[in-house]
Amino acid sequence: MKTNLNIITFCRIKNHSISINGKEVIQKDSQLTFSEFAKLVYKEKAFAYPKFFKMDNLSKLGFLASEFLFEKADLDAHIKENIGIVLSNKSASLDTDRKYQETINDKANYFPSPAVFVYTLANIMIGEISIKHQIKGENAFFVSDKFNELLLEQYTVSLIQNKKSSHVLCGWIDVDKDKYDAFMYLVAKEGTQNYSKEIIKNIYTTN
Amino acid sequence: MKDVFITANSIISPLGFTSEANLAKISKEHSGIILHSDFSTSPCYASIINNKKLDQSFSTLGNSKMYTKLEKMMILSLQDTISQSTFTISDKTALIIATTKGNIDALNNNFKPERAYLPVLGKKIQEFFGFKTEPIIISNACVSGILAIAVAKRFIQNNYYDNAFVVGGDIVSEFTLSGFQSFQAISDKPCKPFSKHRTGISIGEAAASVAITNKNTEKEAIQIIGDGSCNDANHISGPSRTGEGLYLSILSALKEAKIQPETIDYISAHGTATAFNDEMEAIAFNRAKLEHVPLNSLKGYYGHTLGASGLLEAIVGIHSIKNNLLYSSLGFDELGVSIPLNIIKNTIKAEVNTFLKTASGFGGCNTAVLFKKMTL
Amino acid sequence: MDALKKELKESIIEQLNLEDLNVDDIADDDALFGDGLGLDSIDALELIVMLDKDYGIKLTDPNEGKAVFVSIEVLAKYISEHRTK
Repeated sequence: MKTNLNIITFCRIKNHSISINGKEVIQKDSQLTFSEFAKLVYKEKAFAYPKFFKMDNLSKLGFLASEFLFEKADLDAHIKENIGIVLSNKSASLDTDRKYQETINDKANYFPSPAVFVYTLANIMIGEISIKHQIKGENAFFVSDKFNELLLEQYTVSLIQNKKSSHVLCGWIDVDKDKYDAFMYLVAKEGTQNYSKEIIKNIYTTN
Repeated sequence: MKDVFITANSIISPLGFTSEANLAKISKEHSGIILHSDFSTSPCYASIINNKKLDQSFSTLGNSKMYTKLEKMMILSLQDTISQSTFTISDKTALIIATTKGNIDALNNNFKPERAYLPVLGKKIQEFFGFKTEPIIISNACVSGILAIAVAKRFIQNNYYDNAFVVGGDIVSEFTLSGFQSFQAISDKPCKPFSKHRTGISIGEAAASVAITNKNTEKEAIQIIGDGSCNDANHISGPSRTGEGLYLSILSALKEAKIQPETIDYISAHGTATAFNDEMEAIAFNRAKLEHVPLNSLKGYYGHTLGASGLLEAIVGIHSIKNNLLYSSLGFDELGVSIPLNIIKNTIKAEVNTFLKTASGFGGCNTAVLFKKMTL
Repeated sequence: MDALKKELKESIIEQLNLEDLNVDDIADDDALFGDGLGLDSIDALELIVMLDKDYGIKLTDPNEGKAVFVSIEVLAKYISEHRTK
């Protein structure tokens, strides 16, 4: 079966730089930690969403990518409400898992933190994006060794073919210690830039 | 769209190491939940697989020391399912793995911390059985197990695979136990889903697996007829007060299956036994016009087995169809949700043709899947 | 008591990641939950951990938490009466 799908918008965040549809929109000092970088971007864009500071780094990264992407895509609320969100990465929530583990390693100083524990699930990032944009569509979080364009294409096509979603927000959002890498893109039948796993892989590797 | 069937299945839990052994215990209302005092936290009720028994069973398959507890549970379960299955592993066979926390204990045990990366777990399972395709790993909080069935169905319907083996599993670790304790969500008694006297969850560990295929060879087959997996868009840990995501998931599954709510004979609910979760489910079932349908939560038998739970409980539902039995919702006494539900108090004989399995989890995620008996 | 109140405001801002707020932005009688600081259920759980860790107070009944986490004023009074460290 052939379904012609298009890429509406894509966003890349890596090396202290944010680009939308291949055009760099933010570039910061490479000496910053990720959370310092994220805070600068938040202030510069005046997001006015205090919950941002409660998020772990993975959710912050996914949140930022989705903010830039939705700003560019500018979708109607009724379309937004049914967007499917399919995100993936290699490390799941291990970056935060390690932080939580530290709160329970010392038996003499044993204070497990609920605010850290709640982020020890990678799909919390999907929840954060859904809350911010009031998206009540399909959800799935996949884990693979590297950006898996085949898996994401197959699942996106399945959601659209099975009439579960008209638009699918896909992405690879990984945070592991001081490394981070975000690539998010919106796929639908409408639009002009053809989507295929080869095209998306090419965008991922060249942006 | 292609018809998709769920066939062979296996459960590894404290109640037994095959589906049949598990069902025999459930029909006698035996629970795996007992008081454990070997945690560094305070003693608590949990459903935990005996390590010696597990190693003993695993020793016929491989070296116990080379695999983590979760890997052994998943491999044992898959081995059983694959041996019963009518198809063999081909390059059109998917391996789908569902887990919430995977080998999280590797952050703090004798295995290397790298073992906690889920792709490492995936590779262990893939290599053990010689799967030809890269494992598809789903980690979507407590809906992982049931979502994995939906994912398998969707991939097979769209011709990416002919069939799939789906395995879900999670262990009881100090990591998750202390986390739920910090949420003040752990019950001081074995959990009591939907009861007025419920005070929270009991956690448990299990692995469960199923074979899913586009070719049915059985006389009485179980077809997966609809699914949905929608977000509450409300709160990252608190269940929605309106049951929004669960309600939307159920509607999505019903619409796809083209059936009316009244044709559902049984609901296998999530029923974690926290105050807010069970209330949320009651509201969602009521909104979906399902409040009169016989319903149970199996958490009283297994505790909350996280990423395994939806898959494990779907398997018990399949056996409800095959055995014409509705199993009692263990731990239930007096109704403790604001909307009357038809909770199964005692195991009864009943013809079950269509059932609904639901799950909900952190991140506002929910999944609903409909199963139907097809007689050839 | 004023020192304790200031200390509490500082640790609440720090522990609950209220990056947009300063100590001066929180009045002693501001509601911590609801329309005031807008804290939520996870914050309440984190405050329970803070009471245990910093002041040796164990709250096990969530309803007890509700009565204590009304405002900085009420919280400081409760801590000064119940602290074990």
